[in-house]
Amino acid sequence: MKLTNPLKLAGARPLSEKAIDALEHMEASRRDFLKTAGVMMIGFGVAGTARNARGANPSGNVDSSQVDSWVAIGADESITVLAGKCDFGQGFRTVQLQLAAEELFVSMDRITLVLCKTGITPNQGYTAGSFSTWTQFGGGGLRVAVDTARDALFQLASQYFNVPVSQLTVTNGVFSVIGGNPAGTVSYGQLVHGQPFNLTVNPKAVPNSPSTWKIVGQPVPRVDIPSKVKGTFEYAQKVRVPGMLHGKVVRPPFLDAHVQKLDKSAVNGLPGNPQVVQVNDFVGVVADTEWHAQKAADALAGAITWSAGETLPVQANLYAFMASQPSRDAFAVNTGDVDQVLSGAAKTLSARYLYPFQMHGSLASSCAVADVRGGTGGSATVKAWSATQSVYDVRTFLSALLGIPTANIQVVQVEGSGCYGGNGADPVTFDAALLSQAVAAPVRLQYTRKDEMTAGEHYGHPMVSNQKVGIDSGGKIIAWDNETVLMVRGEGPLAAFTFGGAPGPGNFIAGALAGLPTGQLVPTTTPAAPGGGLFWDFGNSVPPYSTGTVNGVNLGTGTVASQRSLTRLVASPLWTSYLRSPDHIQNTWSNESFMDEIAASLQQDPVLYRLRHLVDQRLIKVIHAVTDKAGWETRPSPRPGNRHSAVVSGRGIACVLYSGFDGYVAVVAEVSVNQETGVITVTKVTAGIDTGPVINPNGLRNQMEGQVIQGISRALIEEVQFSNFPGGGAVTTNDWDTYTVFEFGDSIPEIDTVLINNLDVAPTGAGETIITLMPAAIGNAVYDATGIRLRQIPMTPANFLAAKAAQKV
Amino acid sequence: MPTFAFKVNGIPSTVTVDDPATPLLFVLQETFQLNGPKFGCGLSQCGACTVLLDGQPIRSCVTDVSTVDGHSVTSLEGLSRLAGLGPNDLHPIQQAFVDEQAAQCGYCLSGPILYGYAFVRDNPGASREHIEKGVSGDLICRCCTNSRMVDAIVRYAREGRNAEESRQ
Repeated sequence: MKLTNPLKLAGARPLSEKAIDALEHMEASRRDFLKTAGVMMIGFGVAGTARNARGANPSGNVDSSQVDSWVAIGADESITVLAGKCDFGQGFRTVQLQLAAEELFVSMDRITLVLCKTGITPNQGYTAGSFSTWTQFGGGGLRVAVDTARDALFQLASQYFNVPVSQLTVTNGVFSVIGGNPAGTVSYGQLVHGQPFNLTVNPKAVPNSPSTWKIVGQPVPRVDIPSKVKGTFEYAQKVRVPGMLHGKVVRPPFLDAHVQKLDKSAVNGLPGNPQVVQVNDFVGVVADTEWHAQKAADALAGAITWSAGETLPVQANLYAFMASQPSRDAFAVNTGDVDQVLSGAAKTLSARYLYPFQMHGSLASSCAVADVRGGTGGSATVKAWSATQSVYDVRTFLSALLGIPTANIQVVQVEGSGCYGGNGADPVTFDAALLSQAVAAPVRLQYTRKDEMTAGEHYGHPMVSNQKVGIDSGGKIIAWDNETVLMVRGEGPLAAFTFGGAPGPGNFIAGALAGLPTGQLVPTTTPAAPGGGLFWDFGNSVPPYSTGTVNGVNLGTGTVASQRSLTRLVASPLWTSYLRSPDHIQNTWSNESFMDEIAASLQQDPVLYRLRHLVDQRLIKVIHAVTDKAGWETRPSPRPGNRHSAVVSGRGIACVLYSGFDGYVAVVAEVSVNQETGVITVTKVTAGIDTGPVINPNGLRNQMEGQVIQGISRALIEEVQFSNFPGGGAVTTNDWDTYTVFEFGDSIPEIDTVLINNLDVAPTGAGETIITLMPAAIGNAVYDATGIRLRQIPMTPANFLAAKAAQKV
Repeated sequence: MPTFAFKVNGIPSTVTVDDPATPLLFVLQETFQLNGPKFGCGLSQCGACTVLLDGQPIRSCVTDVSTVDGHSVTSLEGLSRLAGLGPNDLHPIQQAFVDEQAAQCGYCLSGPILYGYAFVRDNPGASREHIEKGVSGDLICRCCTNSRMVDAIVRYAREGRNAEESRQ
């Protein structure tokens, strides 16, 4: 049929031609859906929508294959959208509103967005991994659900007006016929009249064309910021429920120490009717107010006899300790010819890079409220308010922890402070639930600062990375060999993914203390073969310059065909989990610093030398965009004329395709280095990204700018420290004086962000991209300024001066 | 049990506690149901609990409630009053934070907003560099939105402060 081009209609919100075409060919069953729309559904608990008529949800599960699980249109014209990707400050509530409003042709303020509640919103797993945008805009998330609803609405309007959908136009949820009587309109609410859609989500539903976008792609202000600056936004820390008590935990003072004796009478007579709770090595106290609970916890801490704790490796020997441990090995890539090609190379180069334990260090100490009723078993119930990234996974873990069926457990996500990965949000939920179960009342638990940094915190992995390349007589890299050692324990929800451990609440500190089993890392005798597929390089162990050839398919972005990338996981004494840019920042620090070393050893410009080994046009383009914007001066490093004394300046570059598919980024960092004091100051950062269509340019820039500074913090300042005491080992960085981070008053660099709005591809992620590059870009700039190569994070003054002394520049 | 009288966001109030060393933060949260000051560290190291005491920013997490007897406490919620605005309005510095989209999670905001407000008031005409160095001291935004927050305070210094003074 001939389609009218609806774009010519000012103010109208038409379907794209591609979407109209898809609708015209839709299957017959969906044409008939009006006939099936009469099924009554019973009360669901989302106010003001068709869902009011929805009933009990005995399984506590939501069928994400059904449009009604995602979208409800009320007879009152209300539109409710339900989704399973949470917001914790990255702005994803606003982004999901933009998406739904755009695809449904309504203004954002018409939509009530419900996020992350078990039994109410679809189960979309963890909001993590920089996967949210990719998921919601792709073929398996929110976008296809609202597009299926949109197509159904067009179909209903087509039947209402008795015209083909191609002759329809829609403005803010009201249809009319193109060229027809302007008074002849019908609204979404009138068409749906409070009924469910009763439709299966069509994974092939066509998105609106970017050329028609009016909300997506715009710098829409974040919907949450006004209430946050006013102080009225309610975080998980604010949740209060009737009859609620306050809890505190008392953790072992030394690593893996066990309770030998606990004198509950220590809290007798203290105000607030304190009650002591003990479940194996889990110890806590509950009282009427937070202050009373804290006082009781302090008293209780002095009334416990603990066994001796485990001894930690000496901090200075951490990396040697790691490299000597039995390991669980896997190749991300292995072409089998690396040793042979290396032996025939004109020149080889090798280096070792080191990265410490770091922590999430959320600004809010984590908090949850749990209301466990009926003890344990099939008649007990739980309601939990948690700042978790995954309500359904927390429900599963609570079920195992408390012995209560998942169908009886409701978990509601309430935004906490920024988590940057697996912080204390899940552990504190488990702690609160254990306390509530014991005292049969709702319990609110907020960690102390020390708890946040030691009791619920799973640290980011430390790394030892050994790099080696072979270079031919023309200066081209012909083989790249690297080996990454990472240390893991527990891993929270990622035990199975990371090291094949059995999943369960015992993979969190809280669950393990309560006696649940922790997955054990089993060393391998031979490394696992490369897996291929979308997540082939999750962790970015493969350098950008490899072809990434797995099973004959090139998955990488570069030219180096002979390649081996081995990851070795070893057991950690400290608990670990995913911390923003997990393993990516460690590996990229190593890969991109080493690439700089190679270029410098050949007296090549670091950008030109990189480009010589890249084939991926998107990565090449973003490097050009960033270096153009930064005014990159083409020359080798170090910078000619810089003296080996006083303050000097330099610049460095780094680039990566995050996770092998999830955002192309490049960063140029400019630094000044005081060679006497060792103080490194980042003066300017130019950061560029191509992660597909830009959904919200202001929001994206906000994320990028934050990653620049958080990346400076992790590159220059942050390191978890630990010591051994007579009673055992313990982490000693347990407040902001001992675990120092970037603070107000520290030098803020000029930040220039470059957005490549690539409308030709599907949107991917951004939340962990730029930070991944910051350590390497800064280290490379330090080398450019000083000729001193830093191979250990953090690049503190002491580490700089040590490297300077060792390298005798 | 001791009773203390002080103003909270302009409203004369009394509070009775069993322990005069109870942190002001907990009293503001539990008795007054305030949400602006937040518990971050309990150690005066981060600034999330900041309130104004007689106009000066303090850390409510380490301030015994007894010490504010007879004084006036202002939180983010009540800041608009100090500019002669209504209780539901945004103070010009809060509006500057909205205009600059200067927040990610926003949990820290009591610190940068109230220290920024006091610094601009006490240092009229301060340069950006002066503000960047001066709004500091155990003050953390862990999302590292620092550049936008400084932008917002600079915007307030240049625009909002004038509007505020002309209104008063």
